[in-house]
Amino acid sequence: MTAATRAAGVLTTSQAAERRRARTIGVVFLLAAAVMGAGFGLGVEAGLDSTFGLNVRGTGAELPDLVVPSRLVAAVLAVVCAGLGGVQLARGFTRRLPAVAAVVAVCFVAAFLTWAAAGASFNLTGMLQSTLLRATPLALGACAGVLCERAGVVNIALEGMMLTAAFTGALVASAAGDQLVGVVGAVAVGGLLGLVLALLSIRYRVDQIIGGTVINIFALGLTSFLSQKVFSEYQELNSPGVLRVVRIPLLAELPVLGPVLFANNLFVYAMLLLVPLLTIGLFRTRWGLRVRAVGEHPRAADTVGIDVLQVRYRTVVLGGMVAGLAGAFFTLGSVGRFDENMTAGRGFIALAALIFGRWHPVGALAAALVFGFAESLQSKLAILSTPIPSEFLLMAPYLVTLLVVAGVVGRSRAPAADGQPYVKG
Amino acid sequence: MRVELRGITKRFPGVVANADVDLEVDGGQVLALLGENGAGKSTLMNVLFGLYEPDGGEILLDGSPVRFASPAASIAAGIGMVHQHFMLVPVFSVLENVMLGVETTTRLGGLDRRAARARLVELSAAYNLQVDPDADVEDLSVGAQQRVEILKALYRQADCLILDEPTAVLTPPEIDDLFRIITTLTESGRSVIFISHKLGEVRRIADRITVLRRGEVVGTTTPAESSEADLAALMVGREVQLVVDKSPARPGQPVLRVEGLRVLDERGVAVVDGVSFEVAAGEIVAVAGVQGNGQTELVEALAGLRAVDAGTVHLDGEDVTGLQPRRLLERGMAHVPEDRQRDGVVGAFPVRDNLVLNTFRRRPFARGLRIDRRAIRDNASRLMADFDIRAASPEVAAATLSGGNQQKVIVAREFGHADRLLIAAQPTRGLDVGSIQYIHRRIVDKRDEGAAVLLVSTELDEVLALADRVIVVFRGHIVGTVPRADATRDHLGLLMAGATA
Repeated sequence: MTAATRAAGVLTTSQAAERRRARTIGVVFLLAAAVMGAGFGLGVEAGLDSTFGLNVRGTGAELPDLVVPSRLVAAVLAVVCAGLGGVQLARGFTRRLPAVAAVVAVCFVAAFLTWAAAGASFNLTGMLQSTLLRATPLALGACAGVLCERAGVVNIALEGMMLTAAFTGALVASAAGDQLVGVVGAVAVGGLLGLVLALLSIRYRVDQIIGGTVINIFALGLTSFLSQKVFSEYQELNSPGVLRVVRIPLLAELPVLGPVLFANNLFVYAMLLLVPLLTIGLFRTRWGLRVRAVGEHPRAADTVGIDVLQVRYRTVVLGGMVAGLAGAFFTLGSVGRFDENMTAGRGFIALAALIFGRWHPVGALAAALVFGFAESLQSKLAILSTPIPSEFLLMAPYLVTLLVVAGVVGRSRAPAADGQPYVKG
Repeated sequence: MRVELRGITKRFPGVVANADVDLEVDGGQVLALLGENGAGKSTLMNVLFGLYEPDGGEILLDGSPVRFASPAASIAAGIGMVHQHFMLVPVFSVLENVMLGVETTTRLGGLDRRAARARLVELSAAYNLQVDPDADVEDLSVGAQQRVEILKALYRQADCLILDEPTAVLTPPEIDDLFRIITTLTESGRSVIFISHKLGEVRRIADRITVLRRGEVVGTTTPAESSEADLAALMVGREVQLVVDKSPARPGQPVLRVEGLRVLDERGVAVVDGVSFEVAAGEIVAVAGVQGNGQTELVEALAGLRAVDAGTVHLDGEDVTGLQPRRLLERGMAHVPEDRQRDGVVGAFPVRDNLVLNTFRRRPFARGLRIDRRAIRDNASRLMADFDIRAASPEVAAATLSGGNQQKVIVAREFGHADRLLIAAQPTRGLDVGSIQYIHRRIVDKRDEGAAVLLVSTELDEVLALADRVIVVFRGHIVGTVPRADATRDHLGLLMAGATA
């Protein structure tokens, strides 16, 4: 700010925009508090309690149910949010704003759950368990996307890769009579589609959005056709069964944490391993440095002797394999059968998680958990018969994604060369 | 290391970029490769660096022939290159950029940052190249980024360093620093190839000078044997007259008045701050400064292409702050943009359409909803003759024209409506001497017709040739306003480096 404008107390355009943004966020916090207080607090008859179950059938140590007075809890949470909103309006959180926003969001969800469970019982641990399960294919898919896009290839074909892999997993597992063989088959097909995407975008420099869309349409058509022709005729080829749950000794007996984290199938463990491995790989190893360099500034990588195209090919194929693992989850980790278009857009949701998670494996996992939470909340709420249509809940995380991508809650920056083919010389 | 190129020929579709080029530099020597833009200097060096494979000729290192299929091979042989546009990953740290491609790893397979940092610190101390290993490259000044590039080459044990136009983006003190670094490098026995089109610098630093013109070597000499005039004549193929004939300015009423202007770049940083000045009718005011000190954003804000964050712009007494480019054009402002390929012409459109890009909605080119093709064609024929635009016909795509002719297309279009104010940013960048003289002449004519002219240039020669008054910018501020009579090269150079008047 120049001395002149400071003296006159005049705001520059950019400062005014920032002020406005801070104020808007404060108002949003206050609105949330109002909804919580008036809707979730006063919306409940006085004297009702909300009961939260903490045990899942047959696992872990038994804990007593958590019983809280519905009105009081909602009211307290509302006051917390109102306070935060007030501070934001008065002076504005700056660096801590993301953390504060997260606190408000958690308060809002907690108040909502208390309201929804008023006079009834709600199994919290069960919901967390299903959150992680539903987040697994999204997180795996997002990790596949992180790989491709960090190397500079936009992977909008995640959906098609996952769908084809789901189909292949069911077919191969049924034929071999072993689900693990099915997983291997799914990963191989994912890698193959990764190679197709790589050829289209790296060698033939097809527009990557179009190339990916072509793969998606092709995958939907092919799997639908084959499942109609083959699976309806030979149903024994579409009965792979589901990978069994592996309980980790001792840890699985922990209350709450046990059933949520340590009694899962292979896919969940693979995802929980892959996220830290990929993080270390990308940010702490030679391989990761080169992959990121190729995605940020391929010409710079080329001038220090890195084979840009080779790095891209390898990384995209690897990404395809991870997408294959994500796809296998649908048939071998969840349903035990292939249905037409059974991924139902989750490849695109994984893409959203990738962006929400700022092209970082850990961020992608966090975003996948938010989406998984919304999905599982929606299915549980159908049972509690609340007056809010559960479909609205399903929309909420995508609204948040839109806001994030639009840059309202901090900026999300893609790798600089994402989507750009590299031409030597 | 002794590096020799013998008979190097490199062809691209339709052009011979290098024809039978010989060149040699000994260890401990600085060879300057001098030539105009487009003379084939960068192509030649990309051949040496393994980015291009030559169509003929051979490369010898210390007497033995080598072939480089890729930069990796060339780096391994001890060649290091500092590109004109730095080859650094902006979101990586200095250390990561230096390590990239030659990473040391720990036993577990992770990056061994500690070992790399130790070597980097050692090198930067030995060659006096100060830079913070952990800073992100995007936060560094241009001079610091260049040091990172040199460190990168030294880290790879380069014996021969190629510096491609290294001074284009530096302030005069940074140039002095660079020259000291080059001296340190040659004292350690390394050879340096210094690519430039600036005569003074070449004579200052080089042991030997090889001059390229149109892809061919037209002479090899030493600073002692040739004056700047000799070198210039070699470079362009005839005697050069950089002085423009012009009468003293007769400034009239102020046309452009800028007050307290503040403009932000894409990251939200104020790159123009508190800038105030005036340009009167009938005078040329030049904005001088090293590239990247806010000139680009200043021009874009004045031309209505970038938001004004604070301050006002008046044109003939009317507040035009934040008006759309078309409204400014209607008020008699014309703009020759700095990046002609991006902002000046639509490459795929024919020349005739490029000549009416911002006037096609007016008479006589438009009649109601209809475009008058004949009027547009007539306009094109007339302007192409007037401005000596060399194109096969008005129908050829603008992208097929040479840089100089593209620039003439823009000048022809913009000068047509520069009744009150002409903003010309880097109007002669990358052009041949003939085109430069022609465009300079036209700018002076425009002034004499009574228009106010704001010239933005990073070339001191151009500023001194044209300006009636010089404004020097540094880091987004005006650090001095100098009448032409007091403007000497040294004085402006000091101001450009940030010294206050």
